[in-house]
Amino acid sequence: MTRMKSKWLVLFIVFGLILTACGGSSDDAAEEVVVEEEPAETLDAPATTAAAAEPEEPAAKVCLVLDIGGLGDQGFNDMAYDGYNKALADFNVEGTFLEPDEGGENRGELLDLCAADGNDLVIGNGFLFAGAITEAAANHPDVNFAITDETFVQGENIRSMVFAEEQGSYLVGVAAALKTTSNVVGFVGGVDIPLIHAFEAGFIQGVRSVNPDITIISKYASVPPDFSGFNDPVKGKEIALAMYEEGADIVYHAAGGTGIGVCQATAEASAGGEKVWCIGVDTDQITTIGSAFPETQEYFLSSMLKQVDVAVYNAIRDVVNGDFGSGSDGGPAVIRENLASGGIDISYTGGYIDDIKDSIEAARADIISGAVTVSRERP
Amino acid sequence: MNLRYRLISLSAPILALSLSVLLTSLILTAIGKDPIETFVLMYDYGTTGKSLVSVFNRFIPLYISAIAVAVGFKMGLFNIGVEGQYLLSALLAAAIGASFSVSRPLHILLIMLIATAISSVWGAIAGYLKVSRGIHEVISTIMLNYIGTGIIAYLLGQVFNDEDAANLIPQTTPLPETGQIPSLNNLLNIENLPSLHGFLPIAIFLGLLYYFLIWKTTLGYNLRITGQNPTAAKFSGVDPKRLTMLAMVISGGFAGLVGMGPLLSYHHQYSIDFPAGIGFAGIGVALLGRNHPVGMAFGAILFAFLERSSQILDLRDVPKEIETMMSAFILLIVVVFYEVIRRYIVTQQIKEASRQVDD
Repeated sequence: MTRMKSKWLVLFIVFGLILTACGGSSDDAAEEVVVEEEPAETLDAPATTAAAAEPEEPAAKVCLVLDIGGLGDQGFNDMAYDGYNKALADFNVEGTFLEPDEGGENRGELLDLCAADGNDLVIGNGFLFAGAITEAAANHPDVNFAITDETFVQGENIRSMVFAEEQGSYLVGVAAALKTTSNVVGFVGGVDIPLIHAFEAGFIQGVRSVNPDITIISKYASVPPDFSGFNDPVKGKEIALAMYEEGADIVYHAAGGTGIGVCQATAEASAGGEKVWCIGVDTDQITTIGSAFPETQEYFLSSMLKQVDVAVYNAIRDVVNGDFGSGSDGGPAVIRENLASGGIDISYTGGYIDDIKDSIEAARADIISGAVTVSRERP
Repeated sequence: MNLRYRLISLSAPILALSLSVLLTSLILTAIGKDPIETFVLMYDYGTTGKSLVSVFNRFIPLYISAIAVAVGFKMGLFNIGVEGQYLLSALLAAAIGASFSVSRPLHILLIMLIATAISSVWGAIAGYLKVSRGIHEVISTIMLNYIGTGIIAYLLGQVFNDEDAANLIPQTTPLPETGQIPSLNNLLNIENLPSLHGFLPIAIFLGLLYYFLIWKTTLGYNLRITGQNPTAAKFSGVDPKRLTMLAMVISGGFAGLVGMGPLLSYHHQYSIDFPAGIGFAGIGVALLGRNHPVGMAFGAILFAFLERSSQILDLRDVPKEIETMMSAFILLIVVVFYEVIRRYIVTQQIKEASRQVDD
């Protein structure tokens, strides 16, 4: 019985110590709390506090909310982040960037938060923001919003930035068809959704335009509502290895972070025999994935460039210059990037497709002139 | 249990909360952030009118999820499958509910009924596997979660996807107005704030229903004694197989209503944005609230508040993951202290009993 009691005594002494420790620290902080309360309360106008700290007042405040996958996908999100950082440096803009929770359910909340926090521009990176951005834009009519990859948004204060992914994919399809020796090529999509179908469709049309007999294997890493396929390098590697096993010697991916694994598979698949290739997407991935994993560098045939960074940069620039809502219809512009505008392109870095450059450039000219139209629907 | 013991057991969550604040402060200090500043920031943001509405809206599904888990806990069953149960039933209820239209209260009631029925069946599978094949419900419900996710992916992408929708997000057709619960804002005269979900009274009613079921019915009595002493329960005439089935069906039934708050009062359709993870969060709330309707209500409010108030952190350069750690600390500490206190009370009771015998 005494043993029992002494145990509790010790326990209470320990807690007493902890509690007094707490009390001690809060004493020091009591004054601090009073000071800190003020900036925390002025959630609606923190620009004033920021301005007080900096000698020069920022030209604008922008907020970038990235999509699932977040930073480090060596593609879509990283590019948006690059464009945002470049604009921050060039225009003396104050910026915040946020990543949603793993499932992305709180993206609406983050947009709302950014808008309420005195930002002049809130950017949602990716079509998954469509619903959330429409709602946030309606609740904050004074704030500008921008969204990538999505035109079906309604609101006077939203700019859509969309890309003709099918055109660039067509060009890399042409390159793949001219370079394949096994006459089997592969396509890895991140998630089985219409946006990614456009990549696949362009690629198939490009390959077929050169040689209709080439076999194209397509595979998606996940099916909605599971969007993990944009951020699953292990699965990407698995799928690509299987494709190389089946005889494919070139695999094009449109799979975000999953694509890292796709391109990592090349070195392994090439080890035992014929050299195989991968084609990157969004950014010039021979320089991004290639520098993160140098062993993959020599296997990048090309990359389909989708210049999200330029679109994000331009959106911030236009807000700073006051040109944001300058669409032809008076409302916010829908920015359409394609081969003609230069927002969609093919990369020649590495020099592996220099020998077929003429054919690729001919295809580009045909698309720009309208002689060839590339469909976003899979054949 | 007399008042003294009640007060002692009440100290566990309070201690857990203060200890977790302390531990979180240490971590914040270690990464070079001022802990007091951070907590003040969280408190200030979490208590704005907008945030309070959000906290209540988060509370609704979380509380119901905790009830669903608690029904199982009461008889010693771990229903880890609330997650799959509520998501699958929400999808089917959303899809079926949008396909017909009747007058408002009836339509809402039917949708809730569909969700409850589907979720009960999904829960009953785990119950059946346990009583007929002896498969532990933890394993089967976890597996059923995976199967449920697969079925949802297929149904949402291939069968119920609303082709007319004006965006590329996979989603079901929105519910007609008769299937939507209006917000409470008009009723409570809340102005200039986001809508307070109309499902709140139903959640409170479910809390009362749970209390009544567990503490005021024979079935509840049987559940409780089976949870405390299965052997004694068996000898007092309880059929454990029947009871296991019933518990899983009831737990699944409550789980079906988890998704109804978000569905009927806000989303009005099932899409990839439909809130996930509440089934797992509910386990934590049930643990924290010790399966008591009032305790779980406090637990759900606490977690909802932490989740909401942490949203501001990333904007102020404090990693938001702090909140996840804090919740984890609370749970870990509270579980330990409940056990410590339980042992203390048991020894005290034994001592008292022996003292009475001595007298």
